[in-house]
Amino acid sequence: MLARLGRRAIAAVVVVVGVVTLTFALLHLAPGDPVEHLLGPAATPAQLAAGRHALGLDRSAAAQFLSWLSGAARGDWGVSTSTGRPVRRLLAEAWPATALLIGLSLLLSYACGVALGAAQAARRGSSTDTALSIATVTLAAIPGYWLGLMLVTLSAYVFHVLPSFGAAGLDADLLSGWARLLDSARHLALPLATLTLIGVGSVARFTRGAMLDIEARPFVTAARAKGAAPWRVLRHVLRNALTPVIILLGLSLPALFSGAVFVEAVFAWPGVGRVLVEAVRARDYPVVMAATTVSAMLVVAGNLLADALAAWTDPRIRSPGA
Amino acid sequence: MNRLWRDRRARYGAVVLAAMAFLALAAPLVAPGDPTAQPDVAGTRFVPPLTSDRHGVFHPLGTDRFGRDVWARLAYGARVSLTVSGLAVLVSVAVGAAIGAASGYTAGALSTALLGVTDFALALPRAVLLLLLASLWPPSAALVVVVLGVTGWMPIARLVHGEVRTLSTRPFVEGAVALGARPTRVLWRHILPNALTPIVIAAAFGVGNAITLEAGLSFLGLGVQPPAASWGNMIASGRDTLVNAPWVATAPGIAIALVVVACTLLGDALQDLIAPKGTALHR
Repeated sequence: MLARLGRRAIAAVVVVVGVVTLTFALLHLAPGDPVEHLLGPAATPAQLAAGRHALGLDRSAAAQFLSWLSGAARGDWGVSTSTGRPVRRLLAEAWPATALLIGLSLLLSYACGVALGAAQAARRGSSTDTALSIATVTLAAIPGYWLGLMLVTLSAYVFHVLPSFGAAGLDADLLSGWARLLDSARHLALPLATLTLIGVGSVARFTRGAMLDIEARPFVTAARAKGAAPWRVLRHVLRNALTPVIILLGLSLPALFSGAVFVEAVFAWPGVGRVLVEAVRARDYPVVMAATTVSAMLVVAGNLLADALAAWTDPRIRSPGA
Repeated sequence: MNRLWRDRRARYGAVVLAAMAFLALAAPLVAPGDPTAQPDVAGTRFVPPLTSDRHGVFHPLGTDRFGRDVWARLAYGARVSLTVSGLAVLVSVAVGAAIGAASGYTAGALSTALLGVTDFALALPRAVLLLLLASLWPPSAALVVVVLGVTGWMPIARLVHGEVRTLSTRPFVEGAVALGARPTRVLWRHILPNALTPIVIAAAFGVGNAITLEAGLSFLGLGVQPPAASWGNMIASGRDTLVNAPWVATAPGIAIALVVVACTLLGDALQDLIAPKGTALHR
């Protein structure tokens, strides 16, 4: 078990280093650099050269990469070229917002999705099952940013109940205690609902499929033949169907982060996704590097967590033979 | 084929996809008028759906803020969105099948290395890669095809790898090898044709995914550029006018959802056809 987790941890480090190297290579292969963006089209070659020298961009790519790596290893992520702020502080402000959004939506969409899928599998073939199937396949098909826009239109413009963008109201600094918490919750509601609704569809579909799969196994027939109560049989099935669902959870993290990038763009949610989109546009090398590193680490950490969870629910994975 | 047609999901999927393909092909016939024409911006902007503008021209889905007909843009946008995502899936199927077949049919270091690359690429957040690739070069439809293609091949490679591994132990493959057929011939004539069905299914799911992502990139301004219409940039331009003209962003969103649902259902039906849920064959 520990050896297995150790191997996974090493693989995780390899993935993060790979992402960082790939990002660096892509940034330097692409046309345009931060200096051109800062100085604009009217800059003279001499000004451009001076700007590149000031940012250390006139060194060889390998030297730049090594100095970035050694800086990052020491916790020095550099200074944003477009805003002049330390990257560390920029990301320290952004990542809790993204982690909150992704974490909560993961929790909600899996809780609702597993419940829906289990309910469907228990009433297989009924009209409820069909109706829910149509609903879940549609939810899984809707593009997240579009769903976000529709929710904004309905709740902010038609019903006037929830704010449509940002993470806090203009007066948030004046509020305290419960009022401030309520303000945050109201701002969180729409982005969270969007991200959760997209997730629920695919989780429910997957759970239903996994349960129907397990239901065909001999041990379920045996339990039924023995005369076990229906809820008892359902417990057997659900417990066994949970392992693939948890593994899906780990695998869906990159997709969830992708969804968060779009949803953050729609709702102006101040998270890593928005920082990344803005930084890529401005060729802000240090911020892009740091934001991709952080997102890769979030994804990899989530994968490790899902692995540990799967081992916890399924003794077969824990055993040394597997 | 007949059995497939009896499945309600397959019927719905095939009908919707055929209708969308017809809409794209026959865009000039079903939607007269130029999708980028702005003859009288002030006079014809924000005409609601199912009404006529002051020149007596009927707009089934209304007009946008430049007075362009939304129905015409939807039809011409179908051309762009369907072509781009179809080509992108072709690219990922080609790359994925090549890598999967190579890693599945060979053994040793090459196979391990290719599998390692696949697993590594699977672990990357796709949006980050998409953002980097799409925003670092000047945006165009061709770039979207390449970017979606090179970020989408991994599941296909995994699938083909597994299929090739299983098939290469089958008697008919061993027979071909014993007869002295070269490895490329064995792969091309004996193994890959038998792995075709799962590839087709994965491609059906892939098209749905690609349409959503294409629209997402265009929505962020990194995909197909205006004034050309694509479903994604229609949503993006409708975003600014959500309050007074919600129909501009609604129509392309519904079109995307319809196509993606159709792809999913068709894929589901195909999958059940070769290995129905709840039988031993499944998984």
